[in-house]
Amino acid sequence: MSSRAPVLVENYAPSYGPHDWMTAPHSTGTSIMAAEFDGGVVIGADSRTTTGAYIANRVTDKLTRVTDNIYCCRSGSAADTQAIADIVSYHLNFHAMELGEKPLVNIGAAVFRELCYNYRDSLMAGILVAGWDKRNGGQVYSVPIGGMCVRQPVSIGGSGSSYVYGYVDANFKQGMTKEECVKFITNTLSLAMARDGSSGGVVRLGIITEEGIERRVVLGNELPKFYEG
Amino acid sequence: MFSTYDTFSAPSFWQNGPSPGVIYNFPGSQTGNSHLFQHSQAPVTTATSIVAITFNKGVLIAGDMLGSYGSLARFRNCPRIMKVNDNVILGAGGDYADFQYVKDFIDQKVIDEQCLDDGFIMKPKSLYCWLTRIMYNRRSKFDPFWNNFVVGGLQDGEPFLGTIDKLGTSYEDKTICTGYGAYMATPLLRDAMDKNPNPTEQEARDLVNRCMEVLYYRDARSFPKYQLAVITADGVSIEGPLEVKQNWNLAHMIH
Amino acid sequence: MSSIGTGYDLSASQFSPDGRVFQVEYAVKAVENSGTVIALKGKDGVVFAVEKLVTSKLYEPGANRRIFNIDSHVGMIDSHVGMAVSGLIADARQIVEIARREAANYRAQYNVCIPLKYLNDRVSMYMHAYTLYSAVRPYGCSVILSSYDNVDGPQMYMIDPSGVSYGYYGCAIGKAKQSAKTEIEKLKLTNMSTKDLVKEAARIVYLVHDELKDKNFELELSWVCADSKGRHEKVPELVYAEAEKSAKQAMEADSDSDTEDM
Repeated sequence: MSSRAPVLVENYAPSYGPHDWMTAPHSTGTSIMAAEFDGGVVIGADSRTTTGAYIANRVTDKLTRVTDNIYCCRSGSAADTQAIADIVSYHLNFHAMELGEKPLVNIGAAVFRELCYNYRDSLMAGILVAGWDKRNGGQVYSVPIGGMCVRQPVSIGGSGSSYVYGYVDANFKQGMTKEECVKFITNTLSLAMARDGSSGGVVRLGIITEEGIERRVVLGNELPKFYEG
Repeated sequence: MFSTYDTFSAPSFWQNGPSPGVIYNFPGSQTGNSHLFQHSQAPVTTATSIVAITFNKGVLIAGDMLGSYGSLARFRNCPRIMKVNDNVILGAGGDYADFQYVKDFIDQKVIDEQCLDDGFIMKPKSLYCWLTRIMYNRRSKFDPFWNNFVVGGLQDGEPFLGTIDKLGTSYEDKTICTGYGAYMATPLLRDAMDKNPNPTEQEARDLVNRCMEVLYYRDARSFPKYQLAVITADGVSIEGPLEVKQNWNLAHMIH
Repeated sequence: MSSIGTGYDLSASQFSPDGRVFQVEYAVKAVENSGTVIALKGKDGVVFAVEKLVTSKLYEPGANRRIFNIDSHVGMIDSHVGMAVSGLIADARQIVEIARREAANYRAQYNVCIPLKYLNDRVSMYMHAYTLYSAVRPYGCSVILSSYDNVDGPQMYMIDPSGVSYGYYGCAIGKAKQSAKTEIEKLKLTNMSTKDLVKEAARIVYLVHDELKDKNFELELSWVCADSKGRHEKVPELVYAEAEKSAKQAMEADSDSDTEDM
């Protein structure tokens, strides 16, 4: 696959032979994140879409609605992840009608998992599924490239994430308040965007609680600043 | 799950025959077809060694809780030892997504069995044999489940331990380790078993804990948090997360 | 019967002039010939009690059970689903099979246990489909579905051969459903513990059993509740023995007072 394929959320990794898994997943070009807090989840993403080194879109929205109470953060091929999100959205809407209630987040994650696992050889998709339901509250599920699925209180993804694992491990706390969590995610993403050439632009945020989603944007010139030497 | 059959379009006018401008393969002929070249997949999120040993009254299986993403220690809370039923436990290494898939399959198998309600439950040899077939079947499609499985349990009261790799190759032994453990823990366990062929549960636990410690020192894809499953006639318990006890005093001796 | 000889009762796909589907009504009759099945929903569980008529002494005890497991849980997150059936046992077994398949499919897709409400919808739809076509006959059985979990609590639904279903606090199907329902209505079900439900259910089965027409019967008891850790299972032997004993005592006390009256 060429790294000059049409608009991608991130680059396709070049193939390094049978063991490219050791290197390939690291070259995903985006920064996404989701974390649980007391009463819901906060999701966040940068806004850069690149085709090779060219920024095809500097104000992309990588936070995609699946249902009113479930959103996903997409990383990997834009085409693949959009298609997956559309299919899952259709499926969960149908399911919600059959059941007469909002779909559970873990069910949403299971449908993502099913697709990503069954088509793992043809898809390039690393997805964070996050949302709120009345059975289990705020939840974050990570569905990375191979098509596994695990629940995590905090999860990061995309190429930018590899620069900020340390920051997340050092600063994440269980049971944060909403604003603490928003601050934490904004800081993490700003740090990732500062170090990852394939991430940048603005920080887009979504806060999902019982009431639904609240969207926020932190503009590129208003991001928190850290050491830049 | 999702049908690929398009019910909305009208069927093409010229069906089941040669299409203009396309090479036609006669039915039944085995000549070149692109779908024959299915690429074998590679593992992505992986789990490392499993360490297992039989003792006088049962079986122990241990495995750490790391899901590695290449060299990145990405998922640090991945349980990979499952209770199948009161008779059987299963440990897995290798691709975690494949493990989850196989686990869901086994879970449904167990549910089907419980529904029958005939008083019988699956024994370890049955699961062991079944896994052999599943693994060999997938490798024969050049699309193996990228896992090593370790089946432990009580076969008519006798401790049973067996392992299956991604090709469907399998063997039984009193001690089994997969992955890096096959190189570093197996010699430790075999040596101990030679000296004491029928260890008690506590002796077996000490051995397994020692192996987990050694593996943590020497396997770069290991993690100090692990689970330990014990199966005896009293049933199954999966303990953990346990912490590997570490000793770095050696560092002071280097000058 | 007014339907006989009119020709309107030969097919499930034809109404009679007064708007009835006789084949479905005959199917209901098949259920009414069967042993009584009682289901009670209390504050923390559901109990099934079945009067399983034993038509021959040559049967092994425990043969032809009328209580089934449909879905069971993996770990402690999911709920168990149980089913009790009345009517033609062979028909009922097919419904059991369909319900199990629905549960398995749901789990394969969503990785969680099927909600009872949804399972009930699916099985009802399936049974209803068999009341629509001339090539098939309706199922000669009614089924009761039950489950328990921490969030939704106890749930219970009954489906009859027409494919109609409702949720119930207590219900009875089979031979003596009328007198059983009268007994059930006397209970304050919503406040009752599962242990009490077992006793009451056993008592009612013994009470409504017709000693003259059907000599032998086996009492089947199952529950799905907090006490059973959310499992649907046969009640433990001790509980069973106790319930059976107190049911028999209640019967004796009843017949004693009857003789006194005379």
